[in-house]
Amino acid sequence: MAGIILSSPHTIRPNRVDWLMLQVILALIPGILALIWYFGWGVAINLVLASLFAVLVEAAALKLRRRPPLTTLRDLSALVTAMLFAIAVPPTLPWWLTLMGMVFAIGVTKQLYGGLGYNPFNPAMAGYVFLLVSYPLAMTNWLPPHMLAEHSLGFLDSARLIFTGSPPHELGWDAISMATPLDEMRTQLAQNRMIEEIRASQLWGDFGGRGWEWVGNWFLLGGLFLLWRRVISWHIPVSMLLGLLLIAGFFWSLDPQTHPFPAFHMFSGGTILGAFFIATDPVTSCTTRKGQIIFGASIGVLIFVIRTWGGYPDAVAFAVLLMNIAAPTIDYYTQPRVFGHGKGSE
Amino acid sequence: MQEPQTTGIQRRLWSFHGGIHVPDEKALSTGRPVARAPLPSLLTIPLRQHIGEPARPIVRVGDWVLKGQKIAEPEGWVSTPIHASSSGTVVVIEDRPIPHPSALVAPCIVIRTNGLDEWAKLPKPLDNYRELDPALVRERIRWAGIVGLGGAAFPTSIKLDPGPRLPVRTLIVNGAECEPYISCDDMLMRECAGDIIRGASILMHLLHARECLIGIEDNKPVAIEAMRLAVAESDIKESTRVCTIPTLYPSGGEKQLIRILTGDEVPTSVIPAQIGILCQNVATLAAIAQAVLAGKPLISRYVTMSGRGLRAPRNFEVLIGTPIADLIRAAGGLAGDVRKLVLGGPMMGFTLDSDQVPITKAANCVLALSEEEAPDPGPALACIRCGKCAEVCPANLLPQQMYWYARSKDLEKVQDYNLFDCIECGCCAQVCPSHIPLVQYYRYAKTESWAREREKRAADRARARHEAKEARLARLEQERKDKLKRKKEALSKKPTAGKAGDGSGGTATTEDPKKAAIEAARKRAAAKKAALAEQGIGPKNVQGLTPSQQRQIDAAENRRQAPAAATTKGTGED
Amino acid sequence: MLIAITAIAVLATLFGLLLGYSALRFHIEGDPLADQIDAVLPQTQCGQCGFPGCRPYAEAVARDEAEINRCVPGGEALVLTLADLLGKDPLPLEAGEEKPKALAVIDEKECIGCTLCIQACPVDAIVGAAKQMHTVIAGECTGCELCLAPCPVECIHMVPIAEDSRSWKWPYPAPAADTELRPSTA
Repeated sequence: MAGIILSSPHTIRPNRVDWLMLQVILALIPGILALIWYFGWGVAINLVLASLFAVLVEAAALKLRRRPPLTTLRDLSALVTAMLFAIAVPPTLPWWLTLMGMVFAIGVTKQLYGGLGYNPFNPAMAGYVFLLVSYPLAMTNWLPPHMLAEHSLGFLDSARLIFTGSPPHELGWDAISMATPLDEMRTQLAQNRMIEEIRASQLWGDFGGRGWEWVGNWFLLGGLFLLWRRVISWHIPVSMLLGLLLIAGFFWSLDPQTHPFPAFHMFSGGTILGAFFIATDPVTSCTTRKGQIIFGASIGVLIFVIRTWGGYPDAVAFAVLLMNIAAPTIDYYTQPRVFGHGKGSE
Repeated sequence: MQEPQTTGIQRRLWSFHGGIHVPDEKALSTGRPVARAPLPSLLTIPLRQHIGEPARPIVRVGDWVLKGQKIAEPEGWVSTPIHASSSGTVVVIEDRPIPHPSALVAPCIVIRTNGLDEWAKLPKPLDNYRELDPALVRERIRWAGIVGLGGAAFPTSIKLDPGPRLPVRTLIVNGAECEPYISCDDMLMRECAGDIIRGASILMHLLHARECLIGIEDNKPVAIEAMRLAVAESDIKESTRVCTIPTLYPSGGEKQLIRILTGDEVPTSVIPAQIGILCQNVATLAAIAQAVLAGKPLISRYVTMSGRGLRAPRNFEVLIGTPIADLIRAAGGLAGDVRKLVLGGPMMGFTLDSDQVPITKAANCVLALSEEEAPDPGPALACIRCGKCAEVCPANLLPQQMYWYARSKDLEKVQDYNLFDCIECGCCAQVCPSHIPLVQYYRYAKTESWAREREKRAADRARARHEAKEARLARLEQERKDKLKRKKEALSKKPTAGKAGDGSGGTATTEDPKKAAIEAARKRAAAKKAALAEQGIGPKNVQGLTPSQQRQIDAAENRRQAPAAATTKGTGED
Repeated sequence: MLIAITAIAVLATLFGLLLGYSALRFHIEGDPLADQIDAVLPQTQCGQCGFPGCRPYAEAVARDEAEINRCVPGGEALVLTLADLLGKDPLPLEAGEEKPKALAVIDEKECIGCTLCIQACPVDAIVGAAKQMHTVIAGECTGCELCLAPCPVECIHMVPIAEDSRSWKWPYPAPAADTELRPSTA
């Protein structure tokens, strides 16, 4: 023993960080497959690139900080960040922008603050927002779902697009890209069209945009898997979705022709992904139960506010980052009553 | 005949926040009945096996002691006596290794047993305790050296005397035994339920309690049945209920059990007697019954020897002071690779460096854990703030926050997050995905806080003494200055005094009493010389001198005369 | 233009008067910061910080004339406390390693009763008188070692305090993997 005293418990500890992260990755897979099905190989290429860059950047950062790289890389958190980032960005994103995104997300947002557990901001979202603000054009070149596309891109075409930055053959960007449903809704509303008119277009499915709403469903499945495995708890997803639904429903009831039906918000953009995978990031969200409900609900409300009156069509990333700032304060003021203190005892 | 308790509606139960389900591993050691551990050749009995001051030995090396004989008296109020667990000779009283996480030594009485196991003369049983002064019964419990046998080892006689301002309404008997592997209380309930209930009856009388609730986890059906039968045959059956509680760690914690059975929360930093409740372990009650009704002191207890590192895990009735090595041998010896030797349960116990330490009153279980039961948790990773620790904390604390501040050694902030409400159950560390040793951080924070408080008190005392010393020195300095000032003033008041004196310096009286005394002595000597000279007797030392002595005297005379002739005015000196 | 100058001048006078009044009205006697610092010092009065006692060191730190890492008995815990109190950064201990606490013990066979150690002890922890046996009251000794030098026969020794199971402290957990530093290879 020679002087090293280790305290109890002396048991098998079943929980492990890498197992938690692996379950998150598993839960993302159905949604990723749906994305690839609807939007082509660009998503897959971005995933591979982002994962590769994330691991490289983290290894480099750890070497600079003189820490053993393998121990930290083994916890798979860099992979999760990379995957969330790759899902959030358009499938046409140039490879060097993915690299920049990863450098900012892993190198600056995570490692510069001290590594896993010390970052105040969600790294994937911070990387996404960094690119969105700096390269708005490249970050809004979305592809249409394959049933709406005039020209679908095959694997080689997607690869060429990502690595060289130019569309295939003689096609211009306009020929292959299309606005997302959220973007479309926003521009149409700004032109004072009525919801009924807008919804008449072929772009729309039952709830949200065609293709997009099914992606949302598959991510929902993954999220329910995480709930069942108790990797995440229900407080943040439920409060976020409820918060969004309630405020969207309120405004829709006031004027159904200028505000879309609440389910539209649920199934468009990154709402479901954000509810189950992004806002629930343990490092950057609240830890107390009451705090988590306030945190989730505020994100939901902010998403609606930014989408309706803000400057960007999709708001999940911004809403999450804004609430990341508030998380420690919310935690401080929502501490649970300790056993033996306060009203429960004499 | 069905008794009301064995059927019918279960009393309402409450629940506490958190808690975890752990595999209980009780079957390892409950498969065999309790055996009496073989008599060891050496008994090492520490003088402090309880909370409070160590007992003072009343035997000497070489004394022959009998089983149950008192060998150490309590020192002070919070202390208990120690008895010899078997007959034999006191070999030595010195520091020996004790079972403690620090692996330190403490004073122990070591007895070499003579194999006869002879009992000492015991005090008579107090069968009529109901008619006696409760103080007498408590004195018997104190005499017997009974301490809380659930692990805390607080002197029971003190716990049973909370004072007239804290009346106890409810006696809670703790038979929960929630920690994995440990089954000594289970076996005691199966085999000695009668003793336990008799002990409860004694306490009910002592405390004038109105009801008694016995909490047993539902993974011990045999024990529950045994206790129910014993209650049905006892004299407290009207006011006693055996309550089956759901198996959940740590239901056996005192505050948690009180919450489950009564719904009350014991306020922080306060004893349960404050809300009229007293909780005792089943083994303590059995020991009380033995002491009061049979006059026997506490010299043995049930100990669980378990873990897959032992060939034949089971429970033993062990004499206090038996070396753990002997018990391991009795349990079939170690099997295969043993990763850890643990005293206590796996959730709250501590590792032992060696098996040469003795069983004390507080030791309820020894585990030999194999590699697969207690694998190396690996290096601690960063905290990912998942909050699982707060989900399972039975005290509803925020272990995550306490961890951050304990890690940065900001002990004041850790205390702000109610560090001292932590019961060190280990639930938080058990669920942490990063395998952070949370309980060790809190134990470090607690002991460091206590050490700092001790140092602060010592520093305050040292400051007070230092300031007192400075004040004393300043006062002495001031007095010295005053005295000098007074002297100077007195001197300057009489400028011509002392100068008018002649060579003989006889008559002038000076301020200085010393000088006056010398003057008086000179006068006396001169008068005596004159008187003698009148009688014709001269100084005796000027006759019969040798020539060299005469020369020395003449030389001295010349020396004396010369300065006297030179100086024209003498001031009465010399 | 004139109005602007007048307005500023009037405001300046008003605020100046207010500040002056506050300085007089709320003036505190003594030095509360030095008191706060002195309250957390270990009071061994050993002088190892270079100051003749704990109070002078406290006052020097309050005046920002001394660094917060000079107190040897206080150790790392004191540096952290002072850093927190003063809003400064913690520094490593100037003296290097913390020494284990020790008590002075007089070897009675050698003691000649000269009282030099009694006069040197800052907390009067030594009992004795001229030509009488001297002995250290263990409970009051702070381990400052000021009595060692004056003793003419060097009969005083520092004996480290043995750990007791009741005062034993759980060790701070070993560093986590992510804080383990490998030596720089550059």
